[in-house]
Amino acid sequence: MKVRVLVRLRPGIMDVQGAAVQRALVGLGFSDLRELRVGKVVEVDVDAPNEAAAKQRVDQMCTKLLANPVLEDYTIETIEGKITV
Amino acid sequence: MKFGVVVFPGTWSDCDFHHVVSEVVHQPVKYIWHRERDLGDVDCVILPGGFSYGDYLRAGAVAGRSPVVDAIRDFAAKGGLVLGSCNGFQILCEAGLLPGALMRNECLQYRCQSTSLVVDNVDTPFTRGLRPGQVLTMPISHGEGKYHVEPGTLAEMRAKHQIVFRYATADGQVTRAANPNGSLENIAGVMNEGGTVLGLMPHPERAAESVVGGTDGLLLFQSLLGALVEDGTFLKR
Repeated sequence: MKVRVLVRLRPGIMDVQGAAVQRALVGLGFSDLRELRVGKVVEVDVDAPNEAAAKQRVDQMCTKLLANPVLEDYTIETIEGKITV
Repeated sequence: MKFGVVVFPGTWSDCDFHHVVSEVVHQPVKYIWHRERDLGDVDCVILPGGFSYGDYLRAGAVAGRSPVVDAIRDFAAKGGLVLGSCNGFQILCEAGLLPGALMRNECLQYRCQSTSLVVDNVDTPFTRGLRPGQVLTMPISHGEGKYHVEPGTLAEMRAKHQIVFRYATADGQVTRAANPNGSLENIAGVMNEGGTVLGLMPHPERAAESVVGGTDGLLLFQSLLGALVEDGTFLKR
């Protein structure tokens, strides 16, 4: 079962990386850019009998390592197809 | 006092700490490999700076869940002394042994420079030889040293005097300009509630001999050894 985790900085936490990327894009002519935040994608292939079990397992991975609750929120979704490496 | 210096793949300040403990303060010291589950007979464990496991995912994230850190968690729970500097501080936060987290520097630059630190709490084994408000000079060398913690936790930390060092001007003023990385409230070092686990971004081991340009870092080691007397001089060995 293939699962995608999106890890983002929690709302209200300043994203200095995102701010730098935003400045660069505005400099490239994207003056309509209103907000930009950078996050992380983690794609996981987990051996699980069904979607719920896979998501639960990946949720444990997030709690244990993939996200830092002081700074980050995460969302989990199942994905179709092969993970591109 | 017996010291253990933890070595992860990617640690870089292990030899510096080992050198200061063995050659400058003349105490027994050994290296502890990251796969160890038993720390052996030590009184103080040091987590040095570097880029443990490449700092992949987040600085200190993988190291914070390694076998040796489980052993350090048990050691700390029994009141053992733990000192983490730079990546060691990041690891202690990731491991949940210290509150908060360290983020990318606000300036986005890797900062390698001398900093002045004002000491907020001298009632710790690491700072008991210092005066309240004393200013120390120590180098920093990091890209992810911006301390962050939730407001509620910060208030608790203040009440329990867990903020130990803050970036300041040379005369001890805590100002925005003296903050090299955007840390919340200029925080450079914090400790746990029990006062036995200290983490700081600056490098005391790189300011422990006059030949390297300063000896203020040595004051932490001297405090630990109880070798300082009240008037600020060192006891003669």
